[in-house]
Amino acid sequence: MFSNLSDKLDKALHVLKGHGSITEVNVAETLKEVRRALLDADVNFKIAKEFTTTVKEKALGQNVLTTLQPGQLMVKIVKDELTALMGGDAEGINLSGNPSVILMSGLQGSGKTTFSGKLANYLKNKKTKKPLLVACDVYRPAAIDQLHVVGGQIGVEVFSDRDNKNPVAIAQAGIAHAKANGYNVVIIDTAGRLAVDEVMMNEISNIHKAIQPQETLFVVDAMTGQDAVNTAKAFNDVLNFDGVILTKLDGDTRGGAALSIKSVVNKPIKFIGTGEKMEAIDVFYPSRMADRILGMGDVVSLVERA
Amino acid sequence: EKSKSSFFSKFNKAIAGKSKVDDDVLDNLEEVLVTSDVGVETTLKVIERIEARVARDKYLGTQELNQILREEIAALLSETNSGDATDFSINSVHKPYVIMVVGVNGVGKTTTIGKLAYQFKKQGYSVVLGAADTFRAAAIDQLQIWADRVGVPIVKQYMGSDPASVAFDTLQSAVNQNADVVIIDTAGRLHNKVNLMNELTKIKRVMQKVVPDAPQEVLLVLDGSTGQNAFEQAKHFTAATEVNALAVTKLDGTAKGGVVIGISDQFQIPVKYIGVGEGIEQLQVFNKFEFVDSFFK
Ligand SMILES: Nc1nc2c(ncn2[C@@H]2O[C@H](COP(=O)(O)OP(=O)(O)OP(=O)(O)O)[C@@H](O)[C@H]2O)c(=O)[nH]1
Ligand SMILES: Nc1nc2c(ncn2[C@@H]2O[C@H](COP(=O)(O)OP(=O)(O)OP(=O)(O)O)[C@@H](O)[C@H]2O)c(=O)[nH]1
Ligand SMILES: [Mg+2]
Ligand SMILES: [Mg+2]
Repeated sequence: MFSNLSDKLDKALHVLKGHGSITEVNVAETLKEVRRALLDADVNFKIAKEFTTTVKEKALGQNVLTTLQPGQLMVKIVKDELTALMGGDAEGINLSGNPSVILMSGLQGSGKTTFSGKLANYLKNKKTKKPLLVACDVYRPAAIDQLHVVGGQIGVEVFSDRDNKNPVAIAQAGIAHAKANGYNVVIIDTAGRLAVDEVMMNEISNIHKAIQPQETLFVVDAMTGQDAVNTAKAFNDVLNFDGVILTKLDGDTRGGAALSIKSVVNKPIKFIGTGEKMEAIDVFYPSRMADRILGMGDVVSLVERA
Repeated sequence: EKSKSSFFSKFNKAIAGKSKVDDDVLDNLEEVLVTSDVGVETTLKVIERIEARVARDKYLGTQELNQILREEIAALLSETNSGDATDFSINSVHKPYVIMVVGVNGVGKTTTIGKLAYQFKKQGYSVVLGAADTFRAAAIDQLQIWADRVGVPIVKQYMGSDPASVAFDTLQSAVNQNADVVIIDTAGRLHNKVNLMNELTKIKRVMQKVVPDAPQEVLLVLDGSTGQNAFEQAKHFTAATEVNALAVTKLDGTAKGGVVIGISDQFQIPVKYIGVGEGIEQLQVFNKFEFVDSFFK
């Protein structure tokens, strides 16, 4: 739909040709197009605004390479800036504990339970770990069954206690079970919760304090709109999480939430989910995400080749 | 409802200390609408309409802006008859009245089905649920728990069974029981997966072997916190299954649900229900006047 951003930018910048540099006047229209593309991709309104200001500063006075369309140069500036903003020190998962405890958090339906399984599978197969899944969602109908099915699919043991309605106690018992049985990674699945639900936010804060995980992950649906910033900030305020997991990227969402969240909490996006199957997990590539947000991978690679 | 009052307070802040609609006010209005996920296109449309009225009426105070916005947004919703229904009743010409529930992963389909079954049962209808999500881990168990909570029968097979076959069985059982309402749960699927979308078309076709004009209702469930991708969802699910009703969930969160306005504007599909929590009673019939009011009250 937006693969023509570069065309639009070319048009907006047509005055520029022969001028040799990007000026305040001829860049204004272009920035409007960039901003609109970002908003259409669900980048948060304020962040899109700040971003275009930064891009403007970078663009002003740049020499237009004669081999390139000015629009393409703008796209390259935009893309590089986006990539830089979403990138940074992606350190992977902290596995230094014994066992290493990983706590999942996020809104309802974001993909926590599925990702818990994927991560366990990944750590088992790729990092030769012995993971244990712990079922701390005591609310959602059949949440415990779901985790057991997932565990069965990947051959990872699931610790649960159907008679216990206290997630803090279950998490602690799960970790004790891991210690006693030689598991070196513990992945704690929790119930989905809204950031405005004080009782539930207190609950996860209590789990967090009680178990002191090596790694707390915030799982977010890549289709999330403008609200992504509010939610990410609220979860981060309570949990000071270590990384973000972006799920459902096998869809056609542009995924602007990635930029919004990174901008507002400045935590690395560690993994992405790309399907319902247990193998559908990948590390996060900022540059690919930038292409996706702009909806124009092809054009960018064209620019890079030039 | 916190989410909506914050829309209002934002908007009030935007126009505070001003008596006339100027570019500043319109810019702020744009911000409020876009950050509510209304979408750039619909936002521009609303702003253009307001600009046109400012031009025509010469003077427009910010007080009137409030009123006009309310009218414009209600008008966008009215074009699709969103919010015309006032209770959880069904068209009893059809027996059974078959509702097929579709949507992308994790939006709240199964939960909405549980809540709907509860409401229909309360109205005195006999309800049968069909567990045609045979793919997601424990999806059948989840629907079973809802069926038990509400106290309605469920037709199910096994994980991995053919969903169309489950839907077929469900309709047959409903016809035999002379049931009033059938609600079919389907697996979440992303709309860009052609095979999975074709599967929905097939489920629909197979149901028609039992009840020729089924499903009477194809209910697309949208997550209220979804951004612009909701438009693609509406488009592709409609292409595969002729969606004729929308449910918007999770409006108890901070997401503004503005996506409802944009979608109502661009698709001729009425919003029928909104989900406002995980509890069995937390489903409401969508009321556009209340919805719009809650934005500007
Ligand atoms: N297509 C796709 N579907 C996914 C992905 N991750 C999760 N899902 C699906 O999204 C839905 C919700 O996933 P869950 O893992 O149950 O989400 P959750 O966060 O545990 O949900 P709650 O426990 O209810 O809060 C399921 O249908 C999953 O199969 C993904 O990366 N791609
Ligand atoms: N806060 C809130 N949570 C909701 C609402 N509706 C559903 N949920 C929650 O969202 C999560 C996903 O709901 P499901 O009903 O399993 O969603 P689904 O669309 O059937 O998911 P899949 O079958 O995996 O595609 C669950 O944790 C529900 O409790 C709502 O209106 N408000
Ligand atoms: Mg879960
Ligand atoms: Mg479901």
